[in-house]
Amino acid sequence: MTIVVQHAAPASHVSLPRPRSSGEGQTAWLAVSPALLLLIVLLFGPAIAVIVFSLTDWQLGSATFHFIGAANFKALFADLAFWTALINTLIYVGVVVPGTVLLGLVTALLIEASPRLRGFYRAVHFLPVMSTMSAMAIVWGTMLHPTIGLVNRLLGTIGISGVNWLRDEHTALLALAAIGIWQSFGFAMVLFVSGLKAIPQQLYDAATVDGADGIFDRFRTVTWPMLGPVTMFIVILSASRAFEVFDSVRVLTQGGPNYASEVLLHRLYTESFDFLRTGYGAALTVIYLSIVVLLTLTQAKFLERRVHYT
Amino acid sequence: MTARSHNRLIGRIARHAILAMTAAFALVPFVWMISLSLKPPEEIFRADFHLWPTAFHGVENYRAALTAAPMFRFLLNGAMVCAAIFALQLLVCIPCAYALAKLRFRGRDTLFAAVLVGLLVPPQALAIPHFVLLYVFGLLNTYASLILPWIISAFGIFLMRQFFRSIPDDVIHAARLDRLSEFEIIWRIMMPMSAPALAAFGIFSVVAHWNDLFWPLIAIRSEELSTPALGILLFRDDEAGQFFGPLMAGAVVIVAPLLLAFLFAQRRFIDGLTITTMK
Repeated sequence: MTIVVQHAAPASHVSLPRPRSSGEGQTAWLAVSPALLLLIVLLFGPAIAVIVFSLTDWQLGSATFHFIGAANFKALFADLAFWTALINTLIYVGVVVPGTVLLGLVTALLIEASPRLRGFYRAVHFLPVMSTMSAMAIVWGTMLHPTIGLVNRLLGTIGISGVNWLRDEHTALLALAAIGIWQSFGFAMVLFVSGLKAIPQQLYDAATVDGADGIFDRFRTVTWPMLGPVTMFIVILSASRAFEVFDSVRVLTQGGPNYASEVLLHRLYTESFDFLRTGYGAALTVIYLSIVVLLTLTQAKFLERRVHYT
Repeated sequence: MTARSHNRLIGRIARHAILAMTAAFALVPFVWMISLSLKPPEEIFRADFHLWPTAFHGVENYRAALTAAPMFRFLLNGAMVCAAIFALQLLVCIPCAYALAKLRFRGRDTLFAAVLVGLLVPPQALAIPHFVLLYVFGLLNTYASLILPWIISAFGIFLMRQFFRSIPDDVIHAARLDRLSEFEIIWRIMMPMSAPALAAFGIFSVVAHWNDLFWPLIAIRSEELSTPALGILLFRDDEAGQFFGPLMAGAVVIVAPLLLAFLFAQRRFIDGLTITTMK
């Protein structure tokens, strides 16, 4: 997961006397100025703007605005649609993350177990990661079609009559979660493989000497404990990705039926750009931003710890 | 056959059986999509199902997909937008990354801290202000609206800085002794030396923007400016898109370029995308 650098480090760290041109600082500022300007205009400015918008009643196109304090947030917290979207997003994350991690781990272990067909399996499992979600969501939509869809055809062969997955309040969110797992488990697999490659062979040799040479013994005593940090990292990563679920919802259900598959980012989109409720949308964005920042910080913490270990 | 080799065999069979199942799960939508894209409507709705069509209808479906909607235009738009974004990202990020890695100047640590904070902000959270900014300048529904918000990449600066730091200072000293200016050093020495990092960042950037639906949906209203991810949705809402055959053919056309590129350079793609998780 780290970049392998192809240059050998200089054997001795004799730092040559740098020609301290008085222009070094100037050159540096010239080099960073475009990036600095754009960071302010396109990243930090907008981030502050979102917070300001969330405290006003401004709407796109209107000439005036008033500061209304926390009124947008009050409206948000009183809105059942918001809570439904938040709970649905948490359910979605709660299904997709374990599914992704478990499938990713099992496939990684099996692919690494022997060299046979390794490249083929890796490529096949990674294809969904590379595919454009909006197009594949349409494909999934036809697969989940109540009468001609593959899923119900297959269930029909074993005598089960499937429901209309995406139009049924009980199954819409779970169907979307299955699509989410389908798209992300190959990525988890690749990360697990790089974690497995980092486990020193000596540990397995030592385990064999200690009599732990069965597949499950080896996994319990060496692989799983050594994969701990990587697993935690993958859990957080797939959680942040699952929080961003939007494409499949927009394409297949638009949050329906009756808000059963409404999620945070889709609410944000609908309020901000369909209804143009800028202040309300901004308040929603602030909540979303806080959640994602928290997740990313947790992830960074784990990454730091891992760097210390290796 | 000893018990041990017997166990081996069972293990091997189990391994391939389970992997065949997970591989099937990964592949099924692609197989289904291609299968439907070759069938006439009546066969799609028939009660029994065959993978290969009994009446081959592929030519008609693909023709409908390619003529009813400007599919190639979508692909071209996607390629142009992704190329423009990546080129501009490099132009902005590389000098900045070089200065952060190799030059001493006042405010360097503050700037780097700002870049790290920038890594925390999810792009979707900036959609409203970006939309307002483009609206004010009258740029909504133009190519510029698809490109401009993305030309600064905190991640790109961070990644390239890490890589530049690993290049020995002696290389730069030698270049300075050869009277190269700092900008010549950046473009003529550092750029070629950092090909692996550039490839990783390029793949990350292109995959992200090629597949993005959220932003084009906000910024673009007209079909001729649509990117692939948005175009396939517009096609679905067209008349021809109501038929499953042409719709699946359209989906094949949209997902094929990136998947083929991936199959040609698997290792590079996988490395490029996993490096991006170092954030």
